[in-house]
Amino acid sequence: MTSPMIPPTRSSRDLILARVRAAVRGAPEVEIPRGYRTAAPGTDLVSLLAERLDDYRAQVHVVPEAEVPGAVAAALDRRGAARLVVPGGLPEEWRRAAAAGREIVRDDPPLRADELDRVDGVLTACAVAVAETGTIVLDSGPGQGRRALTLVPDYHLCVVRAAQIVAIVPEAVARLDPAAPQTWIAGPSATSDIELNRVEGVHGPRTLEVIIAS
Amino acid sequence: MSRTFVGMPAFPRNATRAVQNSQLRYNLRKATHTIRGKRAAVVGELPDWAELRAAGKAIKDHTLRNLDTYLLQLEEAVTRAGGHVHWAADAAEANRIVTDLVRATGETSVVKVKSMATQEIGLNEHLAARGITAYETDLAELIVQLGDDLPSHILVPAIHRNRAEIREIFLSKMAEWGRPAPERLTDEPRALAEAARLHLRERFLSTKVAISGANFMIAETGTLVVLESEGNGRMCLTLPETLISVVGIEKLLPTWRDLEVFLQLLPRSSTGERMNPYTSMWTGAVDGQEFHLVLLDNGRTRVLADEVGRQALRCIRCSACLNVCPVYERAGGHAYGSVYPGPIGAILTPQLRGLGSELDRSLPYASSLCGACFDACPVAIDIPEVLVHLRAKARHARAERAGMRAAGWVFDRPERLARAQRLGSRFRRLVPRRLPGPLAAWTDTRDLPDIPATSFRDWWDKTDGGRR
Repeated sequence: MTSPMIPPTRSSRDLILARVRAAVRGAPEVEIPRGYRTAAPGTDLVSLLAERLDDYRAQVHVVPEAEVPGAVAAALDRRGAARLVVPGGLPEEWRRAAAAGREIVRDDPPLRADELDRVDGVLTACAVAVAETGTIVLDSGPGQGRRALTLVPDYHLCVVRAAQIVAIVPEAVARLDPAAPQTWIAGPSATSDIELNRVEGVHGPRTLEVIIAS
Repeated sequence: MSRTFVGMPAFPRNATRAVQNSQLRYNLRKATHTIRGKRAAVVGELPDWAELRAAGKAIKDHTLRNLDTYLLQLEEAVTRAGGHVHWAADAAEANRIVTDLVRATGETSVVKVKSMATQEIGLNEHLAARGITAYETDLAELIVQLGDDLPSHILVPAIHRNRAEIREIFLSKMAEWGRPAPERLTDEPRALAEAARLHLRERFLSTKVAISGANFMIAETGTLVVLESEGNGRMCLTLPETLISVVGIEKLLPTWRDLEVFLQLLPRSSTGERMNPYTSMWTGAVDGQEFHLVLLDNGRTRVLADEVGRQALRCIRCSACLNVCPVYERAGGHAYGSVYPGPIGAILTPQLRGLGSELDRSLPYASSLCGACFDACPVAIDIPEVLVHLRAKARHARAERAGMRAAGWVFDRPERLARAQRLGSRFRRLVPRRLPGPLAAWTDTRDLPDIPATSFRDWWDKTDGGRR
């Protein structure tokens, strides 16, 4: 794609910076107190994450690590998902469990949006999960794919490993690298726009199913 | 949206009309009370809310103090990551930049993520006049756009509409803008959300240009952050080939780490959730997308120059102050005549636009100074302090100024006050319940106090403090 021909607005840049400097001249410096929690040790991470995800209407299963492939297959059977998109870098045994009796669509070369719209669901791993807020973070790393992959299909099945769970938000921020695009997910797509009540199911996946490997 | 706030009368007249609308009052009361309870519950869950609030306030103040440094740092980081940065001194310049960027793609339609900044500059109207259709994709914005209405709340622009009204708007207007509403649409919120999903699906998959705002920009890394619920934001931010983000210069945070504070403060304060369903973060041009960032001043540096008023720039647009405000709950958002309603609007709008119009001069008075907004604010903006500060700055009506001058003359000397009090007592039977002429504006909303037969000072002198 060509870059549009726009004359640089240098003068406005200088104007705004000059206005800012004039406005804050002589204002005192500010110390930032960081007395808030930066970790919350002693939390039962697996059960708190499961409880908080459930609060926001995600379907949650806690299984031992070895039983993840079985749980993946069972979830996809229940859902009746026949065509599934699976990003690269997903653990082979999870991928194989998903592929048994189902059509697997690869995102290589990248699928068009309308093609993504025609798959029944997506299976991913994640980067980090935050127990206190019931949040899963995807950072486009192995087994997670680009952001559109977990957006367009109506069903998202996500596997979280116990070691990926942290207690609170500051611990998650510390683990993540902003250079990679991220999506933080807390439950299925929802809205509070009608009378300020939360209703699940608008544009993103209307069903979020999470398998926690304990 | 063809309607605008331009030319609206002052707050008291708008409010008088609004409080007579019982449907509006019912809708607002129901919605604001629902969200108050949810917010209180999730804020109460955190043992360190006070510390997070103190940190949030200080991070914003520190950023504003060094805004020039951080803006330059941001520009460098975004550019390094393949994005293009544009600077807009005012609304007209921002609109021109965005229009040129859209035209350069050859497209005539764009999808939009809910954004206060683009509402503030009237971007949709500007684009429409140049043959570019902007489709709003947030559910509440969609309701406002389809209903040819005005937003009335920062977070939920259609808060003044109940489910039955939303159903009517969908049934009668969706067909004009794209896919019609399902024939048997009910007013169940779930069904209404489904109708919006169907209406916008095709649009998301095919539109090549998106316009967004941002909740935060990280100077250190060039990262932009958008918090949302529905997934319309993710659709606009990820699928189109070109993304244009219009962001106020005060939305900066210095470091990536600072998000650990604001990702806790914002969702709990705005929708009353521990975390909103979706947060998108991206740095520069991602996944082959072309990315443009338009940095918007439009009066912000003027606010920054006011030592008391500049704290309004800490605002993270959570809308907690609206939801707890007794004036907002009764008058509704339209009465404030701005895209920023409620307590924060009452201090932000007159500072951004100046105190030139009657409406903007009336906004600092749209408050009982009860202080509920200050308590609820996650970045501790002392809204009552700024309201009082702005009241002192606003030009007052001639009758009021004359009255205040006269009162000042009387209060200046004890003997003048004593004489005035005796005069008042002697003629107290002649004082009307309502004052005549321009003074009637005062007694329209207040009872004149009864004037006693004897003033306290005279009584004290005469009785030696009650001993005689």
